[in-house]
Amino acid sequence: MSDSINQLRVDITKRYGAKTVLDQLKLEIRGGEFVTFLGPSGCGKSTALGIIAGLIPASGGEIWLDNQRIDHVPPEKRGFGMVFQNYALFPHLTVFDNVGFGLSLQHRQVAEIKERVQAMLGLVRLLGFEDRYPAQLSGGQQQRVAIARALILHPRLMLLDEPLSNLDAKLRVDMRAEIKQLHSKLSLTSIYVTHDQAEALSLSDRIVLLRDGVLMQVGTPQEIHDRPKNVFVADFMGFRNFFDVRLGQSMGGLIEGAGKSVKLRARAADDFAAGNDAIMAIRPEDVRIGKAPDGVNRITGKVEFIEYLGREQEAAIGIDAETRLWLRTSEKVALGDSVELTLPPEKIVLLPVD
Amino acid sequence: MMRGRMWNLAIYIFLLGFILNLLGIVGHVVVSAFAKRWFSRPLPPAFTTDWFAYAWTNFELGQVLFITLFIALTVVFITLLIGFPAAYILARRNFRGKPLLLLLYFLPLLIPQMTYGIPLATTLYKFGIGASVPGVILAVLVPMVPLAVFVLLPFFEQISVNLEWSAAMLGATRVQVFRRVLLPLMVPGILTAGLLVLVNTISNFELAFLLAGGGSQTLVVALYYNVFAGGVRPVYSIDAMAVIYMVMVLSVLIVALRFVRPTQMVFRLDHPRR
Amino acid sequence: MTRARTDERSELDVVAILCLTPSLLYVFFMFIYPFLYGLYVSLQPMKARSWSVENYAAFFTDPYQYATIGTTFALAIPNSILVVLVALFLAYGMRRGIWMERTITTILVLPISLGVIFLSEGILGFYGTNGWLNQMLMDAGLMTEPLELTHNFIGVILSLFMQQFPFCFLMLLGYISGIDPSLESSARMLGATPWTVFRRVMLPLIAPGLAIAFALVFVMSFAVFPSAVMVGQPAGTTRTISIAAYQQAFEQYDMSYASAIAVIMGFCQLAALIVIVLVRRRMTIATTMGVGKR
Repeated sequence: MSDSINQLRVDITKRYGAKTVLDQLKLEIRGGEFVTFLGPSGCGKSTALGIIAGLIPASGGEIWLDNQRIDHVPPEKRGFGMVFQNYALFPHLTVFDNVGFGLSLQHRQVAEIKERVQAMLGLVRLLGFEDRYPAQLSGGQQQRVAIARALILHPRLMLLDEPLSNLDAKLRVDMRAEIKQLHSKLSLTSIYVTHDQAEALSLSDRIVLLRDGVLMQVGTPQEIHDRPKNVFVADFMGFRNFFDVRLGQSMGGLIEGAGKSVKLRARAADDFAAGNDAIMAIRPEDVRIGKAPDGVNRITGKVEFIEYLGREQEAAIGIDAETRLWLRTSEKVALGDSVELTLPPEKIVLLPVD
Repeated sequence: MMRGRMWNLAIYIFLLGFILNLLGIVGHVVVSAFAKRWFSRPLPPAFTTDWFAYAWTNFELGQVLFITLFIALTVVFITLLIGFPAAYILARRNFRGKPLLLLLYFLPLLIPQMTYGIPLATTLYKFGIGASVPGVILAVLVPMVPLAVFVLLPFFEQISVNLEWSAAMLGATRVQVFRRVLLPLMVPGILTAGLLVLVNTISNFELAFLLAGGGSQTLVVALYYNVFAGGVRPVYSIDAMAVIYMVMVLSVLIVALRFVRPTQMVFRLDHPRR
Repeated sequence: MTRARTDERSELDVVAILCLTPSLLYVFFMFIYPFLYGLYVSLQPMKARSWSVENYAAFFTDPYQYATIGTTFALAIPNSILVVLVALFLAYGMRRGIWMERTITTILVLPISLGVIFLSEGILGFYGTNGWLNQMLMDAGLMTEPLELTHNFIGVILSLFMQQFPFCFLMLLGYISGIDPSLESSARMLGATPWTVFRRVMLPLIAPGLAIAFALVFVMSFAVFPSAVMVGQPAGTTRTISIAAYQQAFEQYDMSYASAIAVIMGFCQLAALIVIVLVRRRMTIATTMGVGKR
């Protein structure tokens, strides 16, 4: 229903004085995609969004929208919709006037505005709230008004800057689903910014991981989750166990890695050859208790610490004086227990040394 | 605990004393304005409102009031006109010369009016706009423009920049953002700044005094001249004029206090909170 | 091809310049320029036809004139100390809010708004020899002769105090209330008595605001004019430097000399500000060193 685009191509750099906040961020976004910029605070994700919106001037680079360069187009002419973390609803206007603001700037007829506002409020399930003021609404309601206000203008691109960060956990999950449904229903192209990896994984077609202004990895949620390309991404996405190893021979599709306290075999990958240093990483939930049938990747240790998570426990297993392995399991283990663990080779990821 | 109570008691006693003092000072002026004759007695034997009429004619109060209000309203208008955009930029943007700029704006408020008033008066006289209404307006504008800027600044800072950005994303041009978002939200700020400038202009003495003459006396200046000239006018009539002045100031003050807390009417020393 | 734009340039775009220019130009031309012009005029005495420091020499050789510096300091310093100490005492005591705070602060705004002329007129009436205070004291039998509280040094101090105390108090109240209350609480929990809390925790934090307040009050007191005339002895004990400047300008019509006196007045205020800044520096060093001392 919105004016759709084919492609947004960006290559942006941003400097504040001597500090480089975005370093040649290059990206192509296809029409209809839901792309998330993910990363810790200060990684530049909100700045990147602001530059795409036209609100923050870039220090260098270009932005192309379907064969048109839009760097120098002011934000009010770009036709993008934006939703802010603090909603930014106009406090002096009612819900109706807020949602209809963009239309009234276009000098539409009163009847048309009324009809479209009502339709949009229906879509976000806020019919009946037309005459309320933002201060009288809950956080979730305010966010829906903010979304409605942006969507009513059929934006070519939807930009969402941590829209759910100010809501409590349960509401966040509910609103997440609503946002995704609106995206699909209205065939939007959306760029979403968040620091919450669960949000990114559940919403996105592709995730862009940023750290200190540098692109660390771009990929689908599966790729980012299962096959991180570097330590930062692996760490951010929940790989808690990292081993520095020197790679040895590969045999039968598996490559050996010798570390200080462990010797592991992982599935071989390109770019990782014998003699090189590398990092082997595995998720806590992939570590198995018990002996593997072929005895590969066996580790024994003592339970040093337990985090109770309800259905599961996350336990720290001390392998030697300096090394710990994190394990997530639904089996019951107790402090001080000796456990035998197996690290399935196919679950171990090879990462370059930083 | 006792210590605490004693401190509180001391505070209350002092405040009470100060307030009684204040009431006594103000009260004396008011009583005197309504007194028929009054010598060495707690209260005058008879009251009258004649002195107001006397003051009105003999001190040309009609003219003086008109001049005072004209000057005050002109000053308010100009300070808001040029102070508003300046405060906006200072609130929103950061640039290299900014601290220096803020200091420059702050100087006329920091340095007493008497100190720069004399050179200012000298300059204005040299250009031939000395003892005149425009002269007074130009002089009083010097401390009032910075006052307006510093009063408006925090109001701007309170309006999240996201609101302006939202409006822009929704298609609003700069002018539309100003008219439909910024201006309505700045109404309290504009009112506060306007009222404070008004009160300060009406009660301004040093600058108005240095530039007075040729029918450009404000109420306060006229009051001063008649007190100091001394002996020629009955003190009751002077106090009547003072009461008229007080009513003027108080009415503006009462309106102003509906929009602003007393602590905001004074320099706000910004405690390093960030 | 792209231009790399630095952000400081875009912060000061055309709009910013347009917005700042009118007020900036105004302050520059109506404040900086007159200052410079005044300095220039002061160095071109009326009698001489060229540059000369004759005015300044005249000022410093004429006891009638240079005594005004001493008189003015003698007024400004005690008044400032008094105002700031009392305001500190009250503001600190009221930092957690007291009963009827809104009413009290509203009443205190009155003297600031009414201004010095009205207050001085009232002081003449209330504190005069025939005024209410003396009447009350004599009727109560506490005095046989009226206290001389007006048309002298004390009158000016009274007037200055009435104007500046509320201003200083409101300023300090705002400042002290801005200090995180949990700092005080944690000090108490660590065993500090209220006096120790004040001396070692709060006072160092209040010090910057206190210095500014003192500086503002002092500078305002130093320029005292109408009070010195109305409730003081302008020809005698309260002949302040601004009176000297005014007389040269509007009684002797010697703008050059008057400007010189204004310059001298400005320099005295500047000197005082510098002293305050230096004293502040010393105090900060002292307190931070004291904390670590064994």
